[in-house]
Amino acid sequence: MSSLTEKDRPVVQLLLKTGTCPRCILRFCCVGSQALYRHPYKDLMKDLKEYLRNNQEKEDRVCFDGADPPCKRIRLEHAAEGPGDVNHNGELQQTLSTADGDAAVESSAAKVCNVCLGILQEFCEADFVQKVCQKVNSADYQFTSFVFSVSLPPQLSVRERAAWLLVKQEMGNLGLSLAKDDIVQLKEAYKWIIHPQLSEELGVPDDGKSLFEVSVVFAHPETDEECRFLATACPDCFKPAKNKQSVFTRMAVIKALEKIKEEDFLKHFPCPPSSPKNLCVALEIQCNNGAVFVAGRYNKYSRNLPQTPWIIDGERKLESSVEELISEHLMAEFKADSFNFSSSGREDVDVRTLGNGRPFAIELVNPRRIHFTAEEMKGLQQTINNSSDKIQVRDLQLVTREAIGRMKEGEEEKTKTYSALIWTDKAIQREDIAFLDDIKELKLDQKTPLRVLHRRPLAVRCRIIHTMKCEYIDEHHFRLRLKTQAGTYIKEFVHGDFGRTKPNIGSLLNRTADILELDVESVDVDWPPTL
Amino acid sequence: RICVITLAEAHPLLQSGKTIKSINYQISANCSRLQNKVSGKSKRGAQFLTELAPLCRISSTDGEEYTVYSCIRGRLIEVNENILSNPTILQEKPSTEGYIAVVLPKFEESKSITQGLLTQKEYEEVLLKR
Repeated sequence: MSSLTEKDRPVVQLLLKTGTCPRCILRFCCVGSQALYRHPYKDLMKDLKEYLRNNQEKEDRVCFDGADPPCKRIRLEHAAEGPGDVNHNGELQQTLSTADGDAAVESSAAKVCNVCLGILQEFCEADFVQKVCQKVNSADYQFTSFVFSVSLPPQLSVRERAAWLLVKQEMGNLGLSLAKDDIVQLKEAYKWIIHPQLSEELGVPDDGKSLFEVSVVFAHPETDEECRFLATACPDCFKPAKNKQSVFTRMAVIKALEKIKEEDFLKHFPCPPSSPKNLCVALEIQCNNGAVFVAGRYNKYSRNLPQTPWIIDGERKLESSVEELISEHLMAEFKADSFNFSSSGREDVDVRTLGNGRPFAIELVNPRRIHFTAEEMKGLQQTINNSSDKIQVRDLQLVTREAIGRMKEGEEEKTKTYSALIWTDKAIQREDIAFLDDIKELKLDQKTPLRVLHRRPLAVRCRIIHTMKCEYIDEHHFRLRLKTQAGTYIKEFVHGDFGRTKPNIGSLLNRTADILELDVESVDVDWPPTL
Repeated sequence: RICVITLAEAHPLLQSGKTIKSINYQISANCSRLQNKVSGKSKRGAQFLTELAPLCRISSTDGEEYTVYSCIRGRLIEVNENILSNPTILQEKPSTEGYIAVVLPKFEESKSITQGLLTQKEYEEVLLKR
């Protein structure tokens, strides 16, 4: 049904009398024509009163048609601006007499709707749209579309229920039924009205999938206590408040409304709902942009740089970190609130990352700027590289959230190659270490290293050293290059970790060995794409 | 802070002439250190040790029996099973592969425990005085 017919008359009469606004009335009459809701409020009010006054002889005639918009606004003598007497059907009509209907129209126009508490009244007006757009524009976001999300106070669901029961009863008297699902949802109607206005002001379309979200939270403190009776009727729907947040969340209230029996509801809540004194208030208007992801590969040339800030008891143990050196510039350019740094594995403070570098990704949360050309990204990369000689980045690019999964795959599955400088207690000759080159696919059993045991569970890891190649230096030193499975503890493989990593270089050479220097030569993950 | 319990330099078992006959982690009827099982980061299920809790008893071929005590309050993380199969490493590499056990004290007690221990230098001074 896209418009009102004769059948709706009793319902319209009842709802208007009890303080419901025109748009809510249309909703409860299941009017689905979006255009109709967009008519100016005053027009809708006049047209409804007109509809009610119309003769009952015109059975089943469509008397409230949303198809053609009103030609001219009907003006009351009281609101006098001119004698415009044309109704929406284009027929001349007598000027509406100043019956008490007018006074009723005037006062109902001023009353706050007892169902939507003003949402479909004041908050559809240009003033509010202006307010929202002002907030958006001053927040200085870059966006090409928007999604408008609205948070309504939970008592609206309660009032909606009361109104439905009222209408259902009335229709029952006429032998008609009204399913709850046929009623137009308040949020839906609201969006029909406000989306086009916002779209026009902001100059971009609304899109449910947009990453740019404008959200408004409405509250109606005057009626906040109205949900309380549900707690006594359906106590198990309401879990004790975790923070200071109210226990009466929208979800909990809806759940309780589904459970509560009609009789119980009517016992505790006035039907029709009472008319409130005040409108809702828009508590917050907030903007948020979906996160963007920047990926790349980093090299680490310092043996004194942690990957993430090293802070104990509020005291910073080492200056800066890989993540800070990279993110600092990104945060400034993207103007984000915060960032999350992740990488395909990591290295110790005293280990360098050479070769192609290690893949990383940074999630920039709520960025103000989201569009960057390849040239700009290159420039950004240069800026980062110019700012520090401890790290260098390459292949800096924007990626999707899904791409991060590929990087984490690399952490578990892909091989890494290392170069280690090894010391031995007993002298070695070239012949003594040559055999290491021939060992392939060496299986290790590594217990959780003592140096991380305080923060990791105790376990045994089986890991494989795929290949090794050594370079003899002198009687107590040699360099070992090795290619290993992801997750292998190299330092422990060299010194044996009190015999808890077996076999180890010491056991293989029958000496005591220790590691002096370690470098990551390559992280064998082919992501992100090389630029 | 993780602690590794090992035999001290001056321990009789590390002096020449001693051969180890057996090592036993069963310290009482219901308590075997070998049955210690820990799970998770916080090492739940671990046997809790006080300073005087015995870790193991070692018998030497000359009939002597020595009890090794924890000396550290904390959760027992693991005992070294390698010395059961290969007792020689206990004597040859007492400070590395021949360790006895790994203990993790409570975070809050960490500092006070460290302060209650002797440094290498202080230990050597004690030995000189003997």
